[in-house]
Amino acid sequence: MMPTLNDYLVLSAILFAIGTAGVFVRRNLITILLSIEIMLNAVNLTFVAFGRALGAVDGQILVFFVMTVAAAEAAVGLAIVIDLFRHRESLNPDSFASLKW
Amino acid sequence: MPPGISTSDFYYILPELVLTGGALLVLIADVLLPRGSKALAWVTLLAIGATIASLVPFGSTHVEVAHGLLAVDQFALFFKIVFLGAAALTVLMSVRYLEIEGASPGEYYFLILCATLGMMIMAGGIDLLTIFIGLETMAVSFYILAGFIKPNQRSNEAAVKYFLLGAFSLGILLYGMSIMYGLSGTTNLRTMATAFVGQERDPRLVLAVILVVAGLGFKIAAVPFHMWAPDVYEGAPTPVTAFLSVGSKAASFAMLLRIFLEGLPSMSADWRLMFEVLAIVTMTIGNLAALTQTNIKRMLAYSSIAHAGYILIGVVAGTPRGVAAMLIYLLIYAFMQLGAFTIIIIMRRQDVVGDELKDFSGLHIRHPFAAFAMLLFMLSLGGIPPTAGFMGKFWLFGAAIDAGYVRLAVIGVLNSAISLYYYIRLVVFMYLKPQGAGSPVTTSPSLGIALAVAVIGTIFLGVYPRLLFDLAEMSARTLGVAAVTAAIR
Amino acid sequence: MLLLIPLLPFVGFLLNASFGRRISKAAAGAIACGSMLASFGVSTIAVWRLVGLPPESRALAQTVLRWITSGDFDVSFTLRVDPLSALMILVVTGIGSLIHIYSTAYMHEERDSEYARYFSYLNLFAAFMLVLVLGSNFLVMFVGWEGVGLCSYLLIGFWYQKESAADAGKKAFIVNRIGDFGFILGMLLAFVRFGTLDFQEIARSVAALRPETTFGTLSALTLLLFVGATGKSAQIPLHVWLPDAMEGPTPVSALIHAATMVTAGVYMIGRNAVLFGHAPHTLTIVAIIGTATALMAGTIGLVQNDIKRVLAYSTVSQLGYMFLAMGVGAYTAGIFHLFTHAFFKALLFLGSGAVIHALAGEQDLRRMGGLKRELPITYWTFFTGALAIAGVPLLAGFFSKDEILYRTFAGGHLWLWTVGLLTSLLTATYMFRVVFLAFHGERAGEHPAPSTEHPAPSTQRHLHDAPPAMALALIVLAAGSVLAGYVGVPRAVGGSNRIEQFLAPSFGEVRLKPDATNDARAALLQPGQERQEEAASATEGLERGLMGVSSAIALGGIGIAWFFFLKKKRAADEMAVRFAGVHRVLANKYYVDEMYEAAVVQPIRIASDEGLWNGVDVRVIDGAVNGVGGLVGGSSSALRRIQTGSVRLYAVSVMLGVVVILGYYVWR
Repeated sequence: MMPTLNDYLVLSAILFAIGTAGVFVRRNLITILLSIEIMLNAVNLTFVAFGRALGAVDGQILVFFVMTVAAAEAAVGLAIVIDLFRHRESLNPDSFASLKW
Repeated sequence: MPPGISTSDFYYILPELVLTGGALLVLIADVLLPRGSKALAWVTLLAIGATIASLVPFGSTHVEVAHGLLAVDQFALFFKIVFLGAAALTVLMSVRYLEIEGASPGEYYFLILCATLGMMIMAGGIDLLTIFIGLETMAVSFYILAGFIKPNQRSNEAAVKYFLLGAFSLGILLYGMSIMYGLSGTTNLRTMATAFVGQERDPRLVLAVILVVAGLGFKIAAVPFHMWAPDVYEGAPTPVTAFLSVGSKAASFAMLLRIFLEGLPSMSADWRLMFEVLAIVTMTIGNLAALTQTNIKRMLAYSSIAHAGYILIGVVAGTPRGVAAMLIYLLIYAFMQLGAFTIIIIMRRQDVVGDELKDFSGLHIRHPFAAFAMLLFMLSLGGIPPTAGFMGKFWLFGAAIDAGYVRLAVIGVLNSAISLYYYIRLVVFMYLKPQGAGSPVTTSPSLGIALAVAVIGTIFLGVYPRLLFDLAEMSARTLGVAAVTAAIR
Repeated sequence: MLLLIPLLPFVGFLLNASFGRRISKAAAGAIACGSMLASFGVSTIAVWRLVGLPPESRALAQTVLRWITSGDFDVSFTLRVDPLSALMILVVTGIGSLIHIYSTAYMHEERDSEYARYFSYLNLFAAFMLVLVLGSNFLVMFVGWEGVGLCSYLLIGFWYQKESAADAGKKAFIVNRIGDFGFILGMLLAFVRFGTLDFQEIARSVAALRPETTFGTLSALTLLLFVGATGKSAQIPLHVWLPDAMEGPTPVSALIHAATMVTAGVYMIGRNAVLFGHAPHTLTIVAIIGTATALMAGTIGLVQNDIKRVLAYSTVSQLGYMFLAMGVGAYTAGIFHLFTHAFFKALLFLGSGAVIHALAGEQDLRRMGGLKRELPITYWTFFTGALAIAGVPLLAGFFSKDEILYRTFAGGHLWLWTVGLLTSLLTATYMFRVVFLAFHGERAGEHPAPSTEHPAPSTQRHLHDAPPAMALALIVLAAGSVLAGYVGVPRAVGGSNRIEQFLAPSFGEVRLKPDATNDARAALLQPGQERQEEAASATEGLERGLMGVSSAIALGGIGIAWFFFLKKKRAADEMAVRFAGVHRVLANKYYVDEMYEAAVVQPIRIASDEGLWNGVDVRVIDGAVNGVGGLVGGSSSALRRIQTGSVRLYAVSVMLGVVVILGYYVWR
């Protein structure tokens, strides 16, 4: 049996939820980064599934851009995180909260 | 859809091309110029100036470029002027700051220009693709800029927070956009609007609207998506904070208007309600939280959150007048906010960080003009006539009443009353407290220019706002709001 | 030309603010006084030209710039002089100049930079006050309204080293914010209702309406504006800031808190006489609040021991009179009283300043006495002022106060009249209590307490009377206190009541014909009108009779003061002991501050964590009315705590926002 559009959408929603939950509960910056990547992949899946269902390529094109940008973002993000690690010797997001109140 | 991009398209994106060229030039100049040369700032200003000059031919253009990826119209033009002006002021106020912090200026100016480029694309984008590209160009530049002072832990922490939450909110925004695309079958906002007309209300579309509202709410720092703002504003280098709070906010509002007024007018009942609640919560919480802050950057961060709440009133009104009021307010806000940050940078000296309330004690004796300018900016932010800020608020609240949202105007007025307390508190420190410690307060030529521009803008737009009003109304009309309003009623 | 009137003091402000540190005191004082005097000169010329016009068309206007124009909406920065504002600019610039001159001597012990700062604030204040009275629409008036508030704040807190001064400034600021909130809302409502903010245009459209019999838009609108007026003019329940404002330098108290700024509320109602006239419900409230304030402040004034506080409560009380006049529709009488009050209250404040100056900062009445011999000029001028405020016949206060009382009586407000009369008795008593305690008898303590106002008390020195600059101001004001009343001598005693004829066009510009309505009340609301018609000898007889009553009351009040505070000083103490309860209530100002404390501040404090109250400024929230600040500050502290700095929590907050909106859609 062929999966329908709805199946893809449900899958992407689940992926998105997993990514979101990962951001909330994980205590390692790298894992949180990966969780955000999962969220973006859920987005990609939605775009592709819709594009396929609509028979248009716009969705796929957008996905390429999302992937590229995500890569650029990950590069910048990792650089920032490395810088942070140099300062604090820790990747726990709760260990840095000097900016508050 | 015919493939390929014609040469005329390149003509219409001339300003963007000039700015890109300018940014590259800055990178090259950084290598060629001797280290520590201040000429780099002037190269950057030159690039901005050239971009502004290249905007001139498009004064009354109204076209769609590259098969509906970008719109070149007066709405975009108005925002581009705001961005470029804000960028120029930011460069002016950065020169001495970078020197004191010992940061390398080459990449810094390059990134400022990149962020500006992203904003310009956001303002012109009428396609989900371009909007997204513009947004990320701007956001990634700001992630780096926020952490630009590498030895400073706070700057670094600000960057991490901004990056993580920015990426997270991007995910939410994109997820909403993907649903919008799927339900309409197009990425072009204007085509989308027509596609949704007459469609039955799809609950999935409501979800998409909520997600997009959240993603944009993050960018404009609306409560409850605002929590990054105070931390990032406080930790980031002051000129970056200034640019972030003015440029990024204005660009996000431009994008918000494009998406909701051009792309989703059929859902206006839903997003109006959401934005109304957001506006009320945002201005109230922003102002309340600002009351007890003792760090000026943080106080201005909360104040900037509150201002996002005021500006949202214009979205709720949704009329051409409301949009015009937003444009007016954003420009006025740029002057007063950048002016206030200029003063904070002036307060930054080798031995004093200068962003605490107590650092401003007795400023009127140390530097009467700086104190007077800050007084002006505070009164303007608080909305006291005859400063520009009053005109902006008056126009916004007027638009709200005009559109039948009297309650929003009332809450807005009440909030401005509360906000005055913390603005005036700073005035008290400057005028009614004995002098603080530290080396003398001085300005540099570039800081002086930035300050003078901000002061003149704040006074001039308060005393003679007509030109701005006419301009903003003309720009607002090109957004196609008129058609939207017709569709709503 | 009209622009010059506020512009000149503003230029003075700019000069003193920019170069004040580098020039001598003499130069700074000369700039400030010169600009005020020049402004007075221009005002005189403007008024002269105004008087030259026929009475019906007495108005000069100057549009400085078209401020906001967009489609149907048009507000311009227009200044307009009509009889009402003419009177006001003369008062502000005239008395303002005198106070500037007085200040050159009074503030002489300040450092050069402080001296220039003082004068720059004073000039800025005058400029804003002139914008307030000259503005031809609500928006321009609001510019001045906010501006004077800011300057008042800076001037009250001028001696910022003194904590009480800084706190008083904040209290004034917060209370005024509440009032301003009402004002802005009233303004917006007026804009929605009439589509314009111009006073004349509003009056014109209102005149076409019938007075509201039920509580409608006009009543709501005027009531909101009145809330603004109570804030600025220190009426119940927003009166608490004015007595505290006495922490500022005495000339400031004279200028701002007696002669000019506090009258802004009265002026605003007068400016919108037609509008208020169509909202009888609001007028009733205005009259009652005014009377209650007059009585309450008068009784408090009776037992205060700080000379400036007595005067402060006296100001609140007299402002109450003016609101009473406004409330019963006797606009002319109210403005007339404003005019005469400006003279004698400025005089009294400056006189008290001269006393404080001579005693090196002593403000306590109990430590004064017998100053009559040492300070003759101060004594005689102060005495004149006291006679005038007490309402002794033939002096300024007599004519204006009597006019108010007569109008109240004639309007059938017997109760209000009775209370007004009682207050009049109190006025005479507490004023002469000050005169007798300060100037007569013997000084109790020879050693003055450590100075609060003048930081350099050079041990014991010979008391010196007012220096020339101060004496000049005192004498001119004393002359004014005697003569100012003669512009409004009522017909009943053979005068022609010129001020009423002069002001009438400002209030009755759009008058209903007396026979157009049978409503006696509506007829009463049209001042300066019915007078000619009903100038029958019967009313004249009534007016003369009432005059006799109030003269007797004034003299009686003085007599009481003489008996208790000069003849049998012990009697006063005995009374205080016998009516200890009453005395305590009065001495504690009816516990209004404490009520605010109990009703607003305490619950918040108990509810919120004590540990939160340690921010730089949180201590401020101790003050009474600062309770509103407390509510706000408490929630602010709570909000700060949410911001924990944890990035994951921030992400949760974002998602929570999404979930809440989603939840609304799922569950609605």
